[in-house]
Amino acid sequence: MGRSSLGVACPGARSRLALLLRAILLAILSWAATAEAHVEGGEAGGFLAGLAHPVSGLDHVLAMVAVGLWGAQLGVPALWVLPVTFPMVMALGGMAGLLGLPLPGVEIGVAASGVLLGLAVMSELRPPLGAAIALVAAFGVFHGHAHGTELPSGESALFYSIGFVAATGCLHGVGIAIGLIHARPWGRKVLRAAGAVVAIGGLFFLWRAVA
Amino acid sequence: MAAMVIFALATVAIALVAWPPGAEAHLVTTGLGPVYDGLLHFAVAPEDLIPVLALALLAGLRGPAHGRWALLVLPAAWLVGGWFGLAAHSGGGPVLPAISLIVLGVLVAADAPLPVVATMGLALALGLWRGYVNGTAMAVPGPGGVGLVGVAVGVFALVAIIASLVVSLKAAWTRIVVRVAGSWITAIGLLLLGWGLRSKS
Repeated sequence: MGRSSLGVACPGARSRLALLLRAILLAILSWAATAEAHVEGGEAGGFLAGLAHPVSGLDHVLAMVAVGLWGAQLGVPALWVLPVTFPMVMALGGMAGLLGLPLPGVEIGVAASGVLLGLAVMSELRPPLGAAIALVAAFGVFHGHAHGTELPSGESALFYSIGFVAATGCLHGVGIAIGLIHARPWGRKVLRAAGAVVAIGGLFFLWRAVA
Repeated sequence: MAAMVIFALATVAIALVAWPPGAEAHLVTTGLGPVYDGLLHFAVAPEDLIPVLALALLAGLRGPAHGRWALLVLPAAWLVGGWFGLAAHSGGGPVLPAISLIVLGVLVAADAPLPVVATMGLALALGLWRGYVNGTAMAVPGPGGVGLVGVAVGVFALVAIIASLVVSLKAAWTRIVVRVAGSWITAIGLLLLGWGLRSKS
């Protein structure tokens, strides 16, 4: 027997609850899945697979977010030049991976990118713009090659590529958005701490890659 | 009273979720008419949408004169190319689309200071080629030549909207956003090129 809000036994409350539960159960059971006879699911699958791929490995995520953090720390024009450089060069590396062109020490390069980019953010390193671009581009090749060799066959290439690039760009965007706290005095310290976290993460992956 | 409300709400919820949609396997009639079929074909085909978007971004970055010429030349060339494509049977592989994305994306990302005639040339080449490919896909029993008109309308509308939007951008950061979009288009093209070359090898 149910109880009212005053703690008094209340048969009506129990019956209402039972009715509600039955209605929810019935609604769940009646929820009809879409009949997907002869559906061409490759396109959607390709886009979602591409979108998920860059975020599927923490080593990649750390480095891509770190690019955004460093760009925000360095300010204009590095703020946008670095996140523009990385996807393009990464795609170039991805193309090499897709074609089966060998690149030695890919996993080490990926892990090292986390370490060095993290250290750059932690120490507020301010190299000339060209040097920063070259560093980010070099790491982009490793990340792209790693992704390129892992890309699944049978997906819609164009949709996969769109999802892949969009996810990569969004990761940079996350890094930039976080990095904007650099404008505040306390934000600079937090950002340097974030760089340290990225570097430690990179060290972990470097240890795994070498071991 | 409350029980009645709950009961009524539950009944409505059940009615909504249990309402069976029509089973549409093996459709016979899905068309909206050839013009709208063509328009929708363009709207759901990223291999057409993205290069047109890139050209519109480029024309918009370069200014109103570029935008006006792109608006005129691209749909017209699309129709001409499509007319030839209607008589053909093969539209080609993914390598050329990839190269078009790379070229247009790099030009947008670099904010390349092209003369008007270069923008017109790019619009002409893109329109003739993509129109040709569309034509091969729309040959009878497809929407045919009328469908190409729908595609051209879609191309016109997209260029008009995007190019005019980009022309109106004044703040420096907004132009940077456009250039970032160009870098993304380049990256998509590079990956697509890798896929295309891998499938050929």
